[in-house]
Parts: sequence; structure tokens; C-alpha cells
Amino acid sequence: MRFIFKTDYMQDIRLAKHSGHVFWYSALVLLLLAAPWIVPKYWLSQLTFALIYAIVALGMMLLAGFTGQISIGHAAFLGVGAYTQAVLTNLGWPFPLALACAAYFSAAVGVIVGLPALRIRGIYLAIATLSFGFIVEEVFARWDKVTGGNAGIHIKAPEMFGWKLSSGEEFYFLCLVITVACTLGVLNLLRSPIGRAFVAIRDSEVSARSMGINLARYKTLSFALSAALAGIGGALYAHKLRFISPDQFSIVQSVDLLLMVVIGGLGSVHGAFFGAVFLIMMPQLIAMSKDHLPAAIGQASGLQAVVYGVVLIGFVLFEPLGIYGRWLKIRTYFELTPVYRKGMFKRQKSFQKSDRLS
Amino acid sequence: MQFLQLVVSGIAQGCIYGLIALGFVLIYKATETVSFAQGDLMMLGAFCGLAGMTFIGFSFWLAVLCAIVAMAIFGVLLERIVIRPILGQPAFSIVMLTIGVGYIARGLITMIPGVGTDTHTMPVPYKDLMFRLGGETGLSFNAEQLVIIASTAVLCGLLFALFRYNKLGIAMQASSQNQLAAYYMGIPVKRINGLVWGMAAAVAAIAGILLAPITFVHANMGLIGIKAFPAAVVGGFGNLPGAIVGGLIIGVVESFSGFYLPDGLKDTAAYIVVLVMLIIKPNGLFGEKLRKKV
Repeated sequence: MRFIFKTDYMQDIRLAKHSGHVFWYSALVLLLLAAPWIVPKYWLSQLTFALIYAIVALGMMLLAGFTGQISIGHAAFLGVGAYTQAVLTNLGWPFPLALACAAYFSAAVGVIVGLPALRIRGIYLAIATLSFGFIVEEVFARWDKVTGGNAGIHIKAPEMFGWKLSSGEEFYFLCLVITVACTLGVLNLLRSPIGRAFVAIRDSEVSARSMGINLARYKTLSFALSAALAGIGGALYAHKLRFISPDQFSIVQSVDLLLMVVIGGLGSVHGAFFGAVFLIMMPQLIAMSKDHLPAAIGQASGLQAVVYGVVLIGFVLFEPLGIYGRWLKIRTYFELTPVYRKGMFKRQKSFQKSDRLS
Repeated sequence: MQFLQLVVSGIAQGCIYGLIALGFVLIYKATETVSFAQGDLMMLGAFCGLAGMTFIGFSFWLAVLCAIVAMAIFGVLLERIVIRPILGQPAFSIVMLTIGVGYIARGLITMIPGVGTDTHTMPVPYKDLMFRLGGETGLSFNAEQLVIIASTAVLCGLLFALFRYNKLGIAMQASSQNQLAAYYMGIPVKRINGLVWGMAAAVAAIAGILLAPITFVHANMGLIGIKAFPAAVVGGFGNLPGAIVGGLIIGVVESFSGFYLPDGLKDTAAYIVVLVMLIIKPNGLFGEKLRKKV
């Protein structure tokens, strides 16, 4: 059991709270840096996907986990980023510039979606973002002069400063650097006044407003940042796949992204990473277990949907804080072992809350 | 002539949206949660009807009745097993939960060997019937569409009577207006919630069976349920007649934009309408004014 003695206010906002953090996160970074030499090629490619999804999950987490706004249209931002990157790269723009444009353009779209969010809440917002996602997907499919329509569009390997990143390893390192940068950025944001304003809005809009937080500004900002992260993720996704088409950014993708943060654990940056790893690992595990199942179940096209559904229901019912919450509980159990109380994390019974006038 | 025909087909499609939206609204009013599984319940209902008609060999009416009853029981069980334990948690959790239920329903159907992955036609007695008005050049209506419109009208009448004159319906209204007060008045709120879910599932089953002759029965037919969200929002979430009216508006707009506007707008028209609606009048056409007290 570790006790942290607080002797300084700055301790509260330090990124690494104690030496254990420093040790384990350095170890993780070293491991990730060494991955191309340890891990087989196929799994390195999956790891790259996990990093890309982690960036998108960070954006989702910022919006859903920290600001409390539901978006069921996040694949649209992913798509805007991916298409911007594809079009600009094919025009010969260098990678960093195209990436910045992709992020910026996604953020601009995010602001547009964020605008109705100022007036509507909860389920209405979910439906607005859902509708928006459909409209954007249709735009990708119909605006074929730019996006190539339903036939999709090919994209060249990223290139910057005369250096072409064509191999999987090089691209992995690029993703790693960008992921680390995004993570540090988000962590930094969350300990700043902006991050605290986001959390205040999530916990209660009314009290946030009465504490002098400008709801309109911070909600729009949250949408913009979240969309920008999704755009960066989308740009890398486009480079990774080398080919994008509108059906990759459909409602199914949006729900997957939402599922990722819910299963990872809403309201924690760790959760974004756990969720991303889950989303990448799950299809692999399912594919591996297919041979051991009866043919009717193993070969069914809906097997993945069933597994996702069961896992999702299981987490919502029994572990609302997701994988990260489960990890916290296990860790606390071992830290406190002789004095651990069973009901420590018990979910509070609560009355049904009503938004209605009554 | 063209115009009238478009209106009729729009209304028929709109009735389906309206019926699914009715399910959303029933559930929303009772438990203040939104069920994303409504479209998949509709799909299950259609499959139930299909199973009754083709595999067991029931007559049409018996199969329809069985499907409705089966789905109603399924709805009650669903509420009891997965929804009730987390009522009172953030609405977001329940949305995710119902998305999960939808995933499972869709996936399990595909696992039934030989049935799940195919597209089926439902052998309804009114298939391929046409009604003509005003000779060869006049109007022609599909019997399917007319049946949808008529059944929706009958169903609305029944629901209206239930909520107006029946003790159960009045109890449902009371518990949807104020659960705590209803509970104090001796209304078994939990059981009422279960019944509302059952009712929503039954309405979804009816929608599924009505839709089946037009779109055929397959595992992904539930995706049409997503289009019922715009219908519910346009009518004002939480207003029963509003859901039907919203559905009709969305249906007619869709059918007109498919004919008069360029390609691609047909599929997005519903979403554009709902976005405009949310910006102009977030509470919908008949929505109650929402205000939060602190």
C-alpha cells in the first residue's frame, strides 16, 4: 500500500503522481519502442491499429467521458479526417501539413455539430449526431469528384521532408509518436481549467453554469477537440489501410467507437486505451475461437455482433466503469487485502432521475 | 395523380416509422429511457410471424396473434432481466444496453442455420393485390400499403381507447407523469413498466409483420428502426399521437424527395428534417416544454 503525502498543491496536477507511475509508464513506452523487434509483423500491424483507435478513443473519451455529451456519429469525424488526408496527400502535400489540415477540418465540422448541442441535451443530442453521421456518410458517397464515391479512394504512403514511410515499422513509429503526443496533450488539457470545466459540465450543467462556466464555449470546444482527435485518427487510419470508402464510416463504425469507450471505462484516459485494445483484439479472438465452436455458431456472420452485445450488456450491468474500473477494483483488493471491504465499490441504488417538469 | 400516389406510399411508409416511433415513445414516457433495440424487436416480430406461417403452418391470423403475444412476453422479460436492474443509472448506460440487445438479436438470428442469413417473403393473404381507381390511367394502390394504413389507424384507435378509458392505461399515464406520486397512489409502477415494454415490443411486432410484404424478412430489416428516431423527435419525444404524425411527416417527405429531388436525398431527407427540427424547435411539434428544476 502506497501513501502519498501531499506537501504541495502542485502535486495534485502532476502528471506522474508517484515513482510507481514513472517506472511503469517508462516500461510501457520502452516496450512499445521495442515492439517492432519483438512482435511478429501481423501483430505489429494490429498494434498500429490499436494506437490509431486509441487516438480516436481519446477524442471520444474527452467528449463522452469527460464532458458528458453523447455522440453516435463520431465515424463522420473519422471520415472527414481520412478523406481530407487522402485528398491532400494525393495532391502531393507533405504529411504533417495534411495531418494538421485533417485535424483542423474535422474540428471545424465538429463545431458545426456542436452548435445544436448548445440547445439540446441527452437523447436529442444523440439523435442529432446520429443524423449528422448519416448525412456525412451520404456526402462521402455522392460527392464523387472529390471522394471517389462508393468506389472509394486510394492513398499514397505518408511522406515528409523527403522521407517516405513505406514500411510497416516506420509507420508504427509514426503512430506511436502521434499517440504519445495526443495522450500527453489530453492529460495536460484535463488538468487545466478547461478540463475541469468539462468535468463540471458533465456532472451538472446547472451548477457549472452558476460557477461561471460558459456552457456554449466549452461544449463547442469539447466537440471541436474531440473531432480533431478523431480526424487525426482518421488520417492515420487512411494511411494504414491505403484505401477508404464511405461504408467504413457508417453507423456501425460510430457504434463501435462508442462501444470502445464504454467498455474501456468512461471517464478515464486509461479506459480509452483499454477500449482500443479490446476493439482490435476482439475480432482476432473470435476468429481464433471459430474453429472450436459448432459450425452453425462459428460460421455465422453475426457471431461478432453477439459477442459484442453480450460483452456490452455485461459491462453496463455489472461493471459500469469498464475495464479500467475492473482493474481499479482488482488493484485495490490486492493493496488492501486484509482490510478490504466487500461493499467498497457497490453501486449506489438511485431513484429514476427525471428531466421532465414534474 | 402522381402526387396522390406519392402521398399514399409516403403515408404507408410513414405509418411503419410511426409504429416504431410509438414504441420509443411508450418506453420513453414510462421509463424515460430510449430503446435503440426497437428496430430489432420489429425484426424479431417479423421472424416470429414468418416462423408461425411457414414452419409451424399456422393460418395467417393465428400466426400474427402468436407473433404479437410472443413478442409481448419477450418485451416483458427483457425489461425484467436487463433493463430493471439499471433503471436510475444515467440514460447513456441504458442506450448502450439496448444497442447491445439489438446486436445480440441480430446476431442470434443469423445463427439459425438455413434461415437467418436468407431473405424471406412472408406469405400474406393480401399479397400482390392491386386496387385501381379511375380506370387504366387512374390511381393504383398496393394492398400492402392500404393494409398498413388501415391497421395503423385501428391500432391507434385501440391505444387511444386504452389510455383514455381503461384503468391500466390510466395507470400507465399516471406513472409516466410522476412515478413517485403514482407509486404512492398504489399503482404497481414496476409491473406497469414491464407491461409498457411488452406493449412496445408488441407494437414493434405488428410493424414488422406489416412491413414484411414490402421489404421482405431478413436479419437487417431492423435498421429501418433508426429512421423512426427522426419521426419520434419531429413529433416530440414523449407524445403518442405526435409519434404517428412525425412518422407520417417523415414518410411523406421521404417519398417526395425521392421523386422530385436529386439522388441521395431520399435516404438523408429524414435526417435533414430532424436536424432542422432540432435547431428550430427542439421539443418537436407536440412536445411538452422541458425544464429542469434544481
